Amino acid sequence: MNPAPSVIIFTVLSGLGFGMLFWLGLGQAETGGMIGFWLFAMAFILSGGGLLASTFHLGNPQRFWRAFSQWQTSWLSREAILAVAALGLMGLFGLRQVFFAQDWVWLGRAGAGLSLLTVLATAMIYSQLKTVPRWNQPGTVVLFILLALAGGALITAQAGLAAGLFGLAGLAQLWVWYRGGQRFAEAGSTLASATGLGGRGQLRLFEPPHTGRNYLLDEMVYRIGRKHALRLRVIALLGMSILPAAIMLASGAGLLAGGAGLLAAGLAGAVHLIGVFAARWLFFAEAEHVVGLYYGRHS
Amino acid sequence: MTQLPPASDKKLGLVIDLDICVGCHACVISCKGWNTENYGAPLSDMDAYGENPVGSFLNRVHSFEIELEDGPAQNVHFPKSCLHCETAPCVTVCPTGASYKRAEDGIVLVNEEACIGCGLCAWACPYGAREMDQAEGVMKKCTLCVDRIYNENLAAEDQIPACVRSCPTGARHFGDFGDPNSAVSQLVAEREAVDLMPEQGTKPVNKYLLPRIKDRWLDQPEAGDVLPVVAEEPEGFLKWLDKALEKL
Ligand code: SF4
Ligand code: SF4
Repeated sequence: MNPAPSVIIFTVLSGLGFGMLFWLGLGQAETGGMIGFWLFAMAFILSGGGLLASTFHLGNPQRFWRAFSQWQTSWLSREAILAVAALGLMGLFGLRQVFFAQDWVWLGRAGAGLSLLTVLATAMIYSQLKTVPRWNQPGTVVLFILLALAGGALITAQAGLAAGLFGLAGLAQLWVWYRGGQRFAEAGSTLASATGLGGRGQLRLFEPPHTGRNYLLDEMVYRIGRKHALRLRVIALLGMSILPAAIMLASGAGLLAGGAGLLAAGLAGAVHLIGVFAARWLFFAEAEHVVGLYYGRHS
Repeated sequence: MTQLPPASDKKLGLVIDLDICVGCHACVISCKGWNTENYGAPLSDMDAYGENPVGSFLNRVHSFEIELEDGPAQNVHFPKSCLHCETAPCVTVCPTGASYKRAEDGIVLVNEEACIGCGLCAWACPYGAREMDQAEGVMKKCTLCVDRIYNENLAAEDQIPACVRSCPTGARHFGDFGDPNSAVSQLVAEREAVDLMPEQGTKPVNKYLLPRIKDRWLDQPEAGDVLPVVAEEPEGFLKWLDKALEKL
């Protein structure tokens, strides 16, 4: 699939933002006064900014409001509704916390729940697609949620928890890559099933329908070099999981106190973000859509 | 609404006969011609006369080759457009309700006024039957010529999809699969008919008739029979040359 920058930026940043909102809603961080203000502001910029980025790839963004209507069947519609609901509740919760130092525990919990459900809905948009077998596995959802929780825990200064979640996210990522490699064969779509011409002899594409590119090829039939992919996987895993986990473990164990601790957390955050961007780029670029079969791919 | 309607009695669709399609692309062109002037936004071409032309089409013809064990290789021309699936995944993923399946005849359409151009329906379709129009930013797909088949202003013989009307070999048939006595249902019953990618669970309405098994070489000639060795031993000038070369 086409690794479009707007979608990569959207899923990474909004995931992180909603992860933060989750912890803020549960009261797991300092939420009063200036610190609280900046934490809430950051969470809103990440989640809201991500949502805004996602409208950049729409053909007719001015009609976005229509996307709130089909929650009964569409995960994209559910995501839109959940995101707005989560931002609304958490906005109210944040205002009361930051400016009035008042706590409505139930409001925060509800907001936290909706924030996590938003991440789940985002992941389901991809995971539900039978046409992209690599995404069509439960691991996709687990990974998106763990990444949101881990990044959120880091920014809300929960060092030990963040380290554990970084580790889990890394394991989930390894599992998703492993299963992802098997999913296309498991799904069972081949050139033979795509054309109904199986069982007669060796099949191959003789001539494509068009000699130039088209929307389908640009959007869904992508190819990346194996070596390149492997290198990126290493970068992704180190960045999103191993390095930040190590840094947070060290800082959680009290090895890095005061200013050094803050610096370390900043570094862990930056490294983590780079890792998640690399992983998300691969998530799209490596995903094979079954329509590629009609163009002689994957056979 | 992107909820699928209850299964309709009427299931309009196409049967495509892979046995006789010659791959002339007449259906591709007539489809583009009709649909660029009628239902919804025109089917745009970008950079049509430039280096990198690209455009929206609702029907495309692929060609495949089958290498047979016991006969000459066979080419199969393979037209592909929306199959108007009964459990259309492209419909249920749509966030706006723009994508829908008609309860009355099963045709899958896009309401372009409501489409935000998110492209998710194109991702959900296994067959590559949907293309985003690059000029309008809305999703385009086969309408089964809904603006022809019920159009009383057209002559009776024109009240069929443009692709079916224009096919010079009669490889395309239009009809109601819900009616077991319709011509298309009969064709499907008589010939070897298949669904594309049944494992995707889309239950396509459109069917494909497989090419018939073609003639076989009765006694498949060995290469040696076709090109017999002219002479075992060289003679005359060749014999002299052969010897001269051996001495070198
Ligand atoms: S062929 Fe594709 S676009 Fe047409 S109904 Fe089936 S899934 Fe939808
Ligand atoms: S591109 Fe249009 S029709 Fe397709 S899912 Fe998005 S809003 Fe619906």
